[in-house]
Amino acid sequence: MSLGALIVTDSYYLVLAAVLFTIGAVGLLVRRNVIVMFMCVELMLNAVNLTFVAFAHSMNDAAGQVIVFFTLVVAAAEVAIGLAIIVAIFRRRKGATADDVQALKG
Amino acid sequence: MTSRDLLDLVWIVPLMPIIGAAVLIVFGKRLGDPVAGWIGSAFVGLSFVWSVVMFAALNDLPGDQRSHVKTIFTWIPAGGLQVKMGFLVDPLSVTFILFVTGIAALIHVFAIGYMKGDARFSRFFAYTNLFVAAMVILVLGSSFLVTFIGWEGVGLCSFLLISFWFERRSAAVAGKKAFVTTRVGDFGFMIAMFLIFEKLGSLDYSAMGKAGAIGSGTATAIALLLFLGAIGKSAQFPLHLWLPDAMEGPTPVSALIHAATMVTAGVFLVARAHPFFEASGDAMTVVAWIGGVTALLAATVGLVQPDIKRVLAYSTISQLGYMFLALGVGAYSAAIFHVVTHAFFKGTLFLGAGSVIHGNADNQDMRIMGRLRRYLPYTSLAFVAAWLAIAGVPPFAGFWSKDEILSKAFFDHDYGVYALGLVAALLTGFYMTRQVYLVFFGNARFRATPPETPASEAVPVVAGGSDDGPEPGVGAVHTEPADFESSEPTVSFGEPPRPLVLGDHLPHESPPVMTVPLLLMGTLAVVGGILSIPLKGIEFLSIWLEPVFRDVKAIETPSFAEGVLLSAVSVAVGLVGIGIAISWYRRGIPAADRDPAVERLGVLGRLFGHAYYYDESIAKLVSGPGRRLAEWVSAIFDGRVVDGAVNGIGELVRATGIGLRKVQTGLVRSYALWIAVGAAGLLLYLVVWVGR
Repeated sequence: MSLGALIVTDSYYLVLAAVLFTIGAVGLLVRRNVIVMFMCVELMLNAVNLTFVAFAHSMNDAAGQVIVFFTLVVAAAEVAIGLAIIVAIFRRRKGATADDVQALKG
Repeated sequence: MTSRDLLDLVWIVPLMPIIGAAVLIVFGKRLGDPVAGWIGSAFVGLSFVWSVVMFAALNDLPGDQRSHVKTIFTWIPAGGLQVKMGFLVDPLSVTFILFVTGIAALIHVFAIGYMKGDARFSRFFAYTNLFVAAMVILVLGSSFLVTFIGWEGVGLCSFLLISFWFERRSAAVAGKKAFVTTRVGDFGFMIAMFLIFEKLGSLDYSAMGKAGAIGSGTATAIALLLFLGAIGKSAQFPLHLWLPDAMEGPTPVSALIHAATMVTAGVFLVARAHPFFEASGDAMTVVAWIGGVTALLAATVGLVQPDIKRVLAYSTISQLGYMFLALGVGAYSAAIFHVVTHAFFKGTLFLGAGSVIHGNADNQDMRIMGRLRRYLPYTSLAFVAAWLAIAGVPPFAGFWSKDEILSKAFFDHDYGVYALGLVAALLTGFYMTRQVYLVFFGNARFRATPPETPASEAVPVVAGGSDDGPEPGVGAVHTEPADFESSEPTVSFGEPPRPLVLGDHLPHESPPVMTVPLLLMGTLAVVGGILSIPLKGIEFLSIWLEPVFRDVKAIETPSFAEGVLLSAVSVAVGLVGIGIAISWYRRGIPAADRDPAVERLGVLGRLFGHAYYYDESIAKLVSGPGRRLAEWVSAIFDGRVVDGAVNGIGELVRATGIGLRKVQTGLVRSYALWIAVGAAGLLLYLVVWVGR
């Protein structure tokens, strides 16, 4: 199997997206640092974006790519708010460990 | 204007007293004493005048068309249930409105004198006007439901008026007792209405023609439930116990209740709903026997009562028993006849008693009266006439009606109830004669020289007392004692005689505003019998009522001679009772605490005096086991079951909340985990179940 014979099909993108999503999800669950968790969320978002683009290509439908723009806009807004919250946490506490922030415990 | 156009205006009859009540409630205080009383009397009088017009208009129609329904509006339009607010003018209802408004008007005028000086003078007349309006609606209603409005209306007004002097504990209690006891009967009336609607599809009286087709079992149930309502309102055994206590009200109220507006409602209901009773033979038997037994038992209790009004109260229960006896044997027009004559003579007796109480510094204890005919000539004249009427002495009113009832019972072969009625007639003669002799004849026992009782111990006096301004010895009596508990004006059997209240001054006759209505009523008690003398062609009331009771098989008198013989028997029995009483009481009683009837009857006397301990037993039953049962229900059923259910639901929600709260850990990563698990679960579901 030579390199030239390698044909990149849509399923490659989907597998990559699944791998990225899983990394993001696992990272979100296992890491405590808020910044890292935040990056993991971004990773999951972009994994989904990749899926959309891949399907848009395979189905020959531009709608999938349009949705990616929406996702990017929403993600930008989310980053702005999320980072602001993280900054606020840093100002009041020493570190940014997610498990320390549990004032809303039932 | 034809007669029917005129009959359409029947609503004026109830409207007049309603306007009177409204005017008196709004402007009463400003009108004051005695103008408010005259206004109240005037509106009832107008109502009576219009009733006479209604009678004339109805009389104008041919006999078989004398039934006119005037629908005012549709009150409850609910699918199959169409209740119309309407009035039924027929001989039965016209008979009732005539004597109800007429006698009530006389009683109103009397009350102007009796209630003089009362703090709530105008309020009294507002209530009595409302009372009359309710009674008129009751008898004029074109359906059971309209009658029920009036039925509850008289219940309410009787409560208000019996408790009129509510500062006195016993009066407040008596009002509640009357209201609650009659309410026990009302529930029977209501269930009967449900059944009637279920079976006939209409509550209109015009639908009762189909009563014969509903099966005798259901008819019996309806009839007995209606009769339960009648028992409560008309104070028959076993729901009679409110009526003697109702004596706590002002005496004109007693006269209204007994003669015109309240107790005759039960008789009216049974007469009006007679198709159900006819459709069920058993119900008729029950009515006759309850009536007969009540007539006898109440008469025995009346024999030894020391209170002038209590004797009359038991007498009313007994006379109502006669009416139900008549209804039970199917002699409807005889029952209505007795209702009318009873209204005449019992109205006279109560107004007379009111006049006696009024002229006697509000004393009601007959043991410290005597020889009052010297001081109250007009009152004693009317009272004696009413006495002869109720005792069944010909030709006074009571003779004709009572005799008709007894002979109808005899010729209907109901010998059992006939015997009860005959014995009750003997007792009636006795207790009424005893009352008349204790009050108006015999020795004078009201005088005490010198007045030995200090004012603070003197018999308390109800409001509406002396009208002749302050009199020596009486003025002190009018001060209300602090202890309301002991201030009942009525005297129960077994209580020692009241201290003498008149001191060295004498009883006095009432003013003309009281004696004139009294004498008018007394005249009616004398001549009332001409309404229906049982001879061919002049039994006006029977002929008049014939269209209403046309579907009923008439009881025939076999022959003229037998009728006369039977009358002779009942008159003789009544005279025996009178004779015994005269021989015992002719010279009065030796001392206030020695009553020949009580002494001669011995144990029986005590039993009668305490009304067979029925009231006490009921009171013990209710306050003892009844109370414990209620407390048990309150603790177990209400406390555990009802409250348990309510509290349980709250507790359940609370526990669920406490449990679910644990999920909210505050750890962002665990939320993320749950989201991931949820998303994975959803994915699994989509792939495995939906994607298949």
